[in-house]
Amino acid sequence: MIGALSFEQAPPLWVPLRFFLTAPWFLCAAGLLLAVDGAHVVAGGRWGPGAVAAVHLVTAGYMLQVMAGALLQFMPVAAGANVWRPRLTGGVAHAGFTAGGAALVAGFLWVGVPALQAATVLMGGAGAFYVVVLARGLAASPAIGPTLRGLRFAVFGLAVTVALGVALASVFGFGVALPLAELVPVHAAWGLAGWALTLLAAVAWLVVPMFQLTPPYPPRFAFAFPLAVCGVVLGWTAAVFLRTPAVAIAVAAAGTLVVGAFGGATLRLQGQRKRRVTDATLECWRAGMAALCAAAVLFPIPLAVTDAALRGRLEWLAGVLVLGAFVAVIQGMLHKIVPFLVWLHLRSVMAVPPTMQKVLPDARARPQSRLLLASILVLALAAAWPPLAHLGGVLLAVAAAWGGALLVGAARFHHRLAQSPSASPDDTGRSAR
Amino acid sequence: MGMLADMFAGHHKECDDLFAAAEAAAQDGAWDKAAPLWERYAAAMERHLSTEEGVLFPAFEDASGMRGGPTQVMRMEHTQMRGLLQQAGQAVAARDADGFGGACETLNILMQQHNMKEENILYPMCDRAVGSNAALVQQLREKLGK
Repeated sequence: MIGALSFEQAPPLWVPLRFFLTAPWFLCAAGLLLAVDGAHVVAGGRWGPGAVAAVHLVTAGYMLQVMAGALLQFMPVAAGANVWRPRLTGGVAHAGFTAGGAALVAGFLWVGVPALQAATVLMGGAGAFYVVVLARGLAASPAIGPTLRGLRFAVFGLAVTVALGVALASVFGFGVALPLAELVPVHAAWGLAGWALTLLAAVAWLVVPMFQLTPPYPPRFAFAFPLAVCGVVLGWTAAVFLRTPAVAIAVAAAGTLVVGAFGGATLRLQGQRKRRVTDATLECWRAGMAALCAAAVLFPIPLAVTDAALRGRLEWLAGVLVLGAFVAVIQGMLHKIVPFLVWLHLRSVMAVPPTMQKVLPDARARPQSRLLLASILVLALAAAWPPLAHLGGVLLAVAAAWGGALLVGAARFHHRLAQSPSASPDDTGRSAR
Repeated sequence: MGMLADMFAGHHKECDDLFAAAEAAAQDGAWDKAAPLWERYAAAMERHLSTEEGVLFPAFEDASGMRGGPTQVMRMEHTQMRGLLQQAGQAVAARDADGFGGACETLNILMQQHNMKEENILYPMCDRAVGSNAALVQQLREKLGK
């Protein structure tokens, strides 16, 4: 097993970067959809095609792209887990997730059956391939620690999410008879908690102490967390299929405790950090964790509300806060990871490469991420007054496109210096703005 | 945690404390305080890196037969860290806040992801390979000043 450990620092830059450069445009599309149709989407509830499309632009578009790309980078470094042929794996997953995500949303909004059939094949195929490659790498890892354990749970969560997603898309695309009303909330729980939250936590065990030099998460907490999330999601699955609303409320309340404990622990640790320097990444993490805690409190409430209109508004609020938490943290991580990767890869062509601040200065990252956080706040407030969703959508679209442009700038910065290492970084910096 | 993992991870923490103190002093513009703190930090880092390269890694390589792979990557990252330590040291001497902040941020991430690989993967492997060699453990303790 040890012999299989390459301990490589990083796959080629393009492997994760292609995911990062694609992702913001899915988020931008979600913003544009809400800018055009926001009030209608809020009023239509979570079953409306606009809401389903917006949610999947954020989850299967933005979040999945970044997480899938980052894992190809993260697995060898953090978990000693080799990824099988990273260029090929990255290429297949990126193509499948990009085309599949676009087809899925087009199917929900306009095209209908043919696009949903294509999405089923593309997302299902790429998802299954990606899960198998990751699972093989994780199974062979000689590493120890809660991150590896968390990653194993997360990849299992992704496998279940993809399988349920394929089943759901088959209902619309191929007319397969399956219990839609039960599959939808179960698919959402596996995707958001079993996969995304478990992965976020596994990454947090490492990067929260690392970026700001905080104390570590309590080892028992980090060990138990993925198990607790998995238990809640399994409980939710059982409650939904057995149609026992009281159990569903109890499970959602358990979810409040588990998710709130993670958000609260992260905020507390960041409050104890040794590094005094603050930056866009820290702001995004803190805002994201605050949103996650607020969303956690809301989990059980809509289940107990009988008024359909009020329940719809509460679900919108909880949905915006949960997705907003992921979007915020991912943005903060991109502001840190991409400049570091550019530095790391320039190191192979230059003796003294420009530091991360030259690649993407905090003075440029911070206004962009603050606009993104503002857009999430405005979208949350649309629960009280739905027309605000139009403004929130505009802000989200602009912030996402701005974030995409910053990443393109960082990629161009790398390209120029890698082509001619003697060029002045300052010149390159100006052209990258 | 094994004895070697404990000893070396503990020294990582001591280095982190000095790093954070130097960075905070520079952020306050207290360069008279930041410069000696940075010197202490850079000296502690050099002691750590050279103990690994000179004693721990060769002992592990002899015992395990693994000469390429993990220790080679660690040595390469040590070179990268020394480059950034030097960049930051020059920025402290020049009282260049932006240059120092930029070098510190990059060094911190490089150093932390390096420490993570050592603490989660390499040190446990070292403990299994040479952790029972009492003379070696004593030598490492003395070199690290622990």
